[in-house]
Amino acid sequence: MYAYYLQLGLRSLRRNPMLTALMMMAIGFGVAASMITYSVFRAVSDDPIPNKSSQLFAPQIDSWGPQQNEKGEPPGALNYVDAMALMRAHKASRQTLIYPVMLSALGRDADSVPSSASGYAVTGDFFPMFEVPFLYGSGWNTSEDDHRAADVVLTKEFNQRMFGGANSVGKEIVLGGNAYRIVGVAQHWNPAPRFYAVWGEDGFSESPDFYVLLNRMLDLHVDSSGRNSCRGNLAFTGWDQWLQSNCVWLMPWVELNTRSDAEQYRQFLTSYAADQQHAGRFGWPANIRLLDVMAFMTQQNVVPPESRISLIVALCFFVICLVNTIGLLLAKFMRRAGEIGVRRALGATRREIYTQYLLEAASVGIAGGVLGLLLTAVGMSGVSLLFDQEIAQLAHLDLSLVALTLLVSVLAAVAAAFYPAWRAAQVQPAWQLKSN
Amino acid sequence: MQIKPILAAMRRHKAGTILIGFQIALTLAIVCNALFIIHERIARVSRPSGVNESNLFVITSDWADNSSNDNIDAQIKADLTALHQLGSVQDATSLNSFPLHGTGWDNFIRMTPDQIHMTTDASVFLADEHTLGTLGVKLIAGRNFTPDEVQSLTIQDMKGWPAIIVSKDLAKVLFPNGDALGKQIYASNNNTPSTIVGITDTLQSHMMDSDDNAFAYNAVLVPMREVGTGYVHYLIRARPGQLEAAMRDVPKALIAQNRMRIFDPDDGEMTFAQVRAKAYERDYGMAILMGIVSAVLLAITAAGIVGLTSFWVGQRRRQIGIRRALGATRNDILSYFMTENMLIGVAGVVVGTLLAIGINLWMVTHYDVARLSGTYLLVGAVVLLLLGQGAVLAPALRASRVPPVEATRSV
Repeated sequence: MYAYYLQLGLRSLRRNPMLTALMMMAIGFGVAASMITYSVFRAVSDDPIPNKSSQLFAPQIDSWGPQQNEKGEPPGALNYVDAMALMRAHKASRQTLIYPVMLSALGRDADSVPSSASGYAVTGDFFPMFEVPFLYGSGWNTSEDDHRAADVVLTKEFNQRMFGGANSVGKEIVLGGNAYRIVGVAQHWNPAPRFYAVWGEDGFSESPDFYVLLNRMLDLHVDSSGRNSCRGNLAFTGWDQWLQSNCVWLMPWVELNTRSDAEQYRQFLTSYAADQQHAGRFGWPANIRLLDVMAFMTQQNVVPPESRISLIVALCFFVICLVNTIGLLLAKFMRRAGEIGVRRALGATRREIYTQYLLEAASVGIAGGVLGLLLTAVGMSGVSLLFDQEIAQLAHLDLSLVALTLLVSVLAAVAAAFYPAWRAAQVQPAWQLKSN
Repeated sequence: MQIKPILAAMRRHKAGTILIGFQIALTLAIVCNALFIIHERIARVSRPSGVNESNLFVITSDWADNSSNDNIDAQIKADLTALHQLGSVQDATSLNSFPLHGTGWDNFIRMTPDQIHMTTDASVFLADEHTLGTLGVKLIAGRNFTPDEVQSLTIQDMKGWPAIIVSKDLAKVLFPNGDALGKQIYASNNNTPSTIVGITDTLQSHMMDSDDNAFAYNAVLVPMREVGTGYVHYLIRARPGQLEAAMRDVPKALIAQNRMRIFDPDDGEMTFAQVRAKAYERDYGMAILMGIVSAVLLAITAAGIVGLTSFWVGQRRRQIGIRRALGATRNDILSYFMTENMLIGVAGVVVGTLLAIGINLWMVTHYDVARLSGTYLLVGAVVLLLLGQGAVLAPALRASRVPPVEATRSV
């Protein structure tokens, strides 16, 4: 019987093609706009490391004080002094420090043209902590950090560029004029957002080229190629004084596996900051944060405002389209009051009428969904109009989005039909028959 | 035209009336805000940079060997000498950042050494004696830098900045009385004063975030060459009409100077027009998106009105016929439907105006959006009422053509 209703529905759609086309377009445009903007929003607000995001934390210490910090929030990165103190205390099961570096890379041929390579200075824990997958070799041990070794891990993309994709572990590479030993080649791994370096970056850049041993970079006085934010009087001259300054540029991460570990670490941070106050380094009470990955992403405003605004606008748009569909369905159903009267007189129950008209709406939903799917596919290519190339690439039409598009269309059409179908079911058969 | 019978008839089809009214209200709310966002973005895009943007381009050179700051300093000097000798080049300068660049160095500006909160924020452009000439920015007071003033600087070595040039807008913020020239401010990071030796005409900063709108025209020019960052931006003004030639000559000349350098294949060399397009790409995108949304919304609302009114006309053919038989003219029928739509439209516009203000207030608190101006509400309301009248015209004309004989037909 349901199949028959659906068939009736489809036949009725053909009866006034103008009205049907209008409804299809309303649902199609509404759902397409929502899906396109949702696909971007989903991509930028996704959990970048789902199985560990609640165990990874970014410790923050207010080294700027209430008069110079960001509306009471500590800066999103650490200065050298605090960063090194946290590393030495080693209160977490794993811990790392990160800062972006830019080095030139020279090919193997003597006459090759140099190219720029961007990467991160990290410590050995970086690789197991973030579960970086390896193609060849592995990361370095934390003992290598202490030896301040010239170790480097290349990414698959950079290994392809420099070594044609061959196993380069054990080979040497010259970066920024210095030689490094390749200890590993990572698989393609570029979490979006790139949570571990999101402070001062938009978080959606292309994959980095390498990860290099942090202490080595510090020994070579290699500057951060990323953000560096300072407060107060900066009277430093030279690298060593600069390290002691109030400039924040190192991004710390710690791995804390249980809730109580996190609580203990929070206490450690508080007592560290309080100690600094006692020592006279900070002129204010302890102000620390220990946020996990998703909370840190929120604090650092990783989701671009364009993404949120366009999603909200698209959803409002969809609501208007649905209001429109309600009106059109009402017109369409009530036009057939006579027909409904006859069916009711011949014994159809209100429930049957209700079901029939809901199913007719569902068939509109399916048709609208198919149109919406086409529009979504077309619109995906327009995403780069609104967003940076890197973010636009993240939005794509996958199977789950196709299913969601169709589901939302049908549900929306059925929801829009609740009232019109109810009105149809309320038609008084006697009244209709009499007027005929 | 009598309004009472129309209101009475409306009560007979409440649902449809409410739906149309509601749709008009929602559309007005969204379209007003969308148009307002478009207006704001367009205003941002069309603000002047102060730079004479034609015949200007940027080339960014990364250094392959970054180990010696002294070597890089010497190389930058040699590069600039070579660039000035090119026939297609009118002027050239080295900079750490430039207007519209988006990234760069900003410093908090203070009036006294012990001031904790900044007076304002400003771009720091590490410039030389050719910077103003290359950018095409005029000095409106004071003097330009002299060649001997220009020194080298690394980010780890904070020297004092005895002489600086500031933009007109920054001078006005710091010294509202207009006597900035010769005054001292604290612009450098160490606690030494800087004397304002020159004031430029309008000059935009590198800052492009909407958070930084208040500082968008604050710029401090410091006679320094930055070394140790691994790259340098050269801004080059080509001789009139020779932009293409200069953009071909410059990379060649630089590589002839030293081939151990890197030009990014994507954005290593950009005309200033490209710099501008990149800087405002999101604003254009947002404006286009809002434009499309508004257009489609208006179309869908119009279509909805046509659909529902057509249904009403169909439903009331007999009644129309009776009215016509009793002496109503075609015009009466036409104006009946037009008035009905106008009444619904006015109600929808009233609700929509409140809704639009509500949405705008929400956006003001959550995003960097200004208060909606009344003009937009007024224009939006008029547009929607006209749209409603336009949409209802076709069905209403059809209704007016219903013959009186319809009264006698039973179906």
